[in-house]
Amino acid sequence: MSQSPLSFRNVSMTFPDGTKALSDVSLDVAKGEFVTIVGPSGCGKSTLLKIASGLLEASSGEISVDRDRIGYVFQDATLLPWRTVRRNVELLAELHGYDKEERVKLAEDAIDLVGLRGFENHYPRSLSGGMRMRASLARTLTLKPPVFLFDEPFGAVDEITRERLNEETLRLFEQERFAGLFITHSISEAVYLSTKVHVMSARPGRLVASFDVPFDYPRHPDLRFDARFAEICGQVSLALRGAHS
Amino acid sequence: MSVDDQIHDPADVESVQAGAMPLAVQSRGASVQSRGASVAGSVLPPLAVGVIILGVWYFISLVVLDPKRRFLLQPPHEVWSVGFADWDNLSTMLEGMWSSTKVAFWGLLIAILLGFLLAIVMSQAKVVERAIFPYAVVLQAIPILAIVPLIGFWFGYGFASRVLVCVIIALFPIVVNTLFGLLSADQGMHDLFTLHKANRLTRLRRLMFPAALPAVFAGLRISAGLSVIGAIVGDFFFGQGEVGIGQLLKRYANRLEGEQLFASVILSSALGVSVFLFFGWLSGRLIGKWAGESRGR
Repeated sequence: MSQSPLSFRNVSMTFPDGTKALSDVSLDVAKGEFVTIVGPSGCGKSTLLKIASGLLEASSGEISVDRDRIGYVFQDATLLPWRTVRRNVELLAELHGYDKEERVKLAEDAIDLVGLRGFENHYPRSLSGGMRMRASLARTLTLKPPVFLFDEPFGAVDEITRERLNEETLRLFEQERFAGLFITHSISEAVYLSTKVHVMSARPGRLVASFDVPFDYPRHPDLRFDARFAEICGQVSLALRGAHS
Repeated sequence: MSVDDQIHDPADVESVQAGAMPLAVQSRGASVQSRGASVAGSVLPPLAVGVIILGVWYFISLVVLDPKRRFLLQPPHEVWSVGFADWDNLSTMLEGMWSSTKVAFWGLLIAILLGFLLAIVMSQAKVVERAIFPYAVVLQAIPILAIVPLIGFWFGYGFASRVLVCVIIALFPIVVNTLFGLLSADQGMHDLFTLHKANRLTRLRRLMFPAALPAVFAGLRISAGLSVIGAIVGDFFFGQGEVGIGQLLKRYANRLEGEQLFASVILSSALGVSVFLFFGWLSGRLIGKWAGESRGR
């Protein structure tokens, strides 16, 4: 297990003001594994990702993460408004000191991968929410991150866009086979994307249940209408309700 | 928070200068109207007000004022024929304007450099901001007339002192707006830069400085106007060397030359308006593509 690109052992987090955000969380994400955490809002899911990425330091516990070229997709697209899509996508490679030629190539590939061809020279303000999120994904992809953290990335887009972005995230995962840790409060999104779903309790966040999702990749959108899919969603939902009380 | 909230809308960037109106007013959604209608809609109303003002001016000058007291407010056509159409008078005024424009230019330039420097230093650490900010406020709060004698006393009654007045007047909006702008990049973007181990300089150059631009321009527009005022005030009190528009205003007032006085006032206002428009235009050119178009008021 020590080989996992991302591993948490008994991680707890208490903020300086005394708020207990996480309590004794242990989890592993192996390469080629897509792990999702669902939980009520404010349960500390985002805190978990901040700790994984190193933006926050845990109060206790052991964390091992491959943080070189870490991929972090934020709740908001966080595109720089003064840069075109292309220049936004190039940003991370720029920060990591890649030379111009390599940067441009990586950005071109990533733009193709998320289907933003034709919008490279647009500024973020002229893009829809879904397209901004795609640009944000593309930006993260340029680094080919071994660990991919998603902090409720599709929470703010409409249902149709969300489903389409789910398809695209799946495609990226199938292609790149990174170690993915995804935060959401949508149960069907969680089951649809993941190899494993963890349920987190209300604050302080603890993992109270885990479900393996047995479907093979590549997954087809029709999976959402499968009886077994519904069953797993039901189980997760039940566990989530238990976690609420 | 919706993704849309993340669009960096400069209309939200308020200039925080004490007492001054926020100037980063943006026009949005104007494209719905046909171009002709919008031009008529934006030109006709101010034109109408202009006509009313001229009417009131004539009315006061020709009807209210006794002919013996008409020098207090000469009618517009007199101001035109004596102040603008008479080349001798006009050239004197233009020379004065040129002198004051140079003063305003140097004052603004120094204020910009100094203001950027202070804002950048303050943006780097809260403690530095806390240390310096009160003095920026004090500088702003000092009535300029109160320290004019002191400035003359220390720096003489010529060009340098006039420029200094401009700097003192124009500095604060630049410092405050630039600082506000530098600190306006949202936390998510800072997190992104932190994750990818950006150093201080990279963060400043790639994130904070571009994010600051809309606010910086709002500050520049205020300061440019203030700098023109500073140049005139400075010139009014420091008469050594070249004769600026301030000296002329004083001279015309003393000689009861109402027409020239009015013409000078109009010229000085025109200078203030043009620097304001210039920075609006510049802002539109440089950041309009991503930050919305400035209306150039």
